Amino acid sequence: MNEGLNVQELSHSYGNKKALDNVSFNISKGTFCALLGPNGAGKSTLFALLTRLFTPSTGNINIMDVDLLKNPSDALAKIGIVFQQPTFDMDLTVQQNLNYAAALHGLSGKAGLEAINTSLEQLGMQHRAGEKVRSLNGGHRRRMEIARALLHQPNILLLDEATVGLDAETRHMITSYAHKITKERDTIVLWATHLVDEVMLDDQLLILHQGKIIKDGLCKELIGDKTLAETFATLTGSRTI
Amino acid sequence: MKYLMIGAIAIIKREALRFISQKARFIASLVRPIIWLIVFAAGFRAALGLSITPPYETYITYEVYIVPGLCGMVQLFNAMQSSLSLVYDREMGSMRLLLTSPIPRCWLLFSKLMAGTLVSIIQVYSFLLLAGFAGITFSFSGYVLALPVLLLNGLMLGALGLFLSATIKQLENFAGVMNFVIFPMFFLSTALYPLWKMAEASTLLRDICAFNPFSHAVELLRFSLYGQFNGTAFIYVFCALVLFLSASLWGYDPARSGFAKKSK
Repeated sequence: MNEGLNVQELSHSYGNKKALDNVSFNISKGTFCALLGPNGAGKSTLFALLTRLFTPSTGNINIMDVDLLKNPSDALAKIGIVFQQPTFDMDLTVQQNLNYAAALHGLSGKAGLEAINTSLEQLGMQHRAGEKVRSLNGGHRRRMEIARALLHQPNILLLDEATVGLDAETRHMITSYAHKITKERDTIVLWATHLVDEVMLDDQLLILHQGKIIKDGLCKELIGDKTLAETFATLTGSRTI
Repeated sequence: MKYLMIGAIAIIKREALRFISQKARFIASLVRPIIWLIVFAAGFRAALGLSITPPYETYITYEVYIVPGLCGMVQLFNAMQSSLSLVYDREMGSMRLLLTSPIPRCWLLFSKLMAGTLVSIIQVYSFLLLAGFAGITFSFSGYVLALPVLLLNGLMLGALGLFLSATIKQLENFAGVMNFVIFPMFFLSTALYPLWKMAEASTLLRDICAFNPFSHAVELLRFSLYGQFNGTAFIYVFCALVLFLSASLWGYDPARSGFAKKSK
């Protein structure tokens, strides 16, 4: 039994270009794991494999003890995803968008409505349900995307650069909320970012560089006396924000 | 099973909501065939003589002849428009939401196909209503029998669009679809001229028209509007549906990393 997110020897290539090279890691329940890597490190490829947008060249992905490749439906039902690009239908209302997302997870009628109301309430957005997504600002759209990803109460929440383009206050609000749900719901959060200030000392940290995991462990243990920005720059040669 | 139906209904409802919100798309879908019917057909009526060929039992005017072809055109344009919106969805990222749902991918794609087809059927019946005002009417049974045919034709053309959407790399390339798919498919078919008329011009053109699945879709619809069943056309359209559907499932297979590569 492995009640977490377990990735074993995952590799993927685009033609001759290797995007991920023998990636392995394990994230336990109730853990906030930051996936830190410079642009082009392979984060989006890893997310695409974890969400079965495509299948890996080699390797295994187990989600709460379900093999994603062998049993994709059961595995995907346990995941909530916040994509890097906005995936709302701009001309429909928030409620209509969430109805659609809930139905894609088999929630409709009263159950769907309850899930939507709960999710919106937790993000403090219930009063915006009737508005068209186009009228919301970037921060509110992001909050809606998180609300949508949590509709079916997933065991694992994947967020791919969820704070890109947001102001500092909204970024803080969203990172804090993501940390909160790991504790309150025992959810696994895998948070892909290239911004070191979004990672907390008690988080699990995966550093992905040129398609390889070069560090895996508790953030505070990995950085020692240095700051994360210094450690990250040393390991990857990247300048960080 | 229930969650599959919930998913399919949601996809159809979303397509319907988008259709309602895009009034210009609906109007354009009607204006296009109406212009053909009124302007193009009026010009050709004098130039083109039509002999009595099944399913017609008497001489007909050119306007009457091209109505099934224009219905096909409505569905063809709608299928390609849906395909365009899929490419757009993929570029904008919303396709990801659909494909990462726990609902099996083949069912999701079929639901998407069905949603587009139902929209096209609404467009076709709206066009037939307008054609009725122009004096071109069919029997009640003709209108009813056309429904399953429109469903089959819409799925076949939609599956072709779905396949194209999986293979088109960028939105900009869609203009190529217009030039290399829609126009040849429409003009090299029996939508505007019967096969025997094509044969008078060139036997090669006639053979291409006879091979084109769109011709068979149009003929299947033409026969059904007159309460008749064209078995050959049905088999042809059905086989084309299976072929295009298989090709689109292949195109969206996660084992082919093309989708993700394109959508990155």
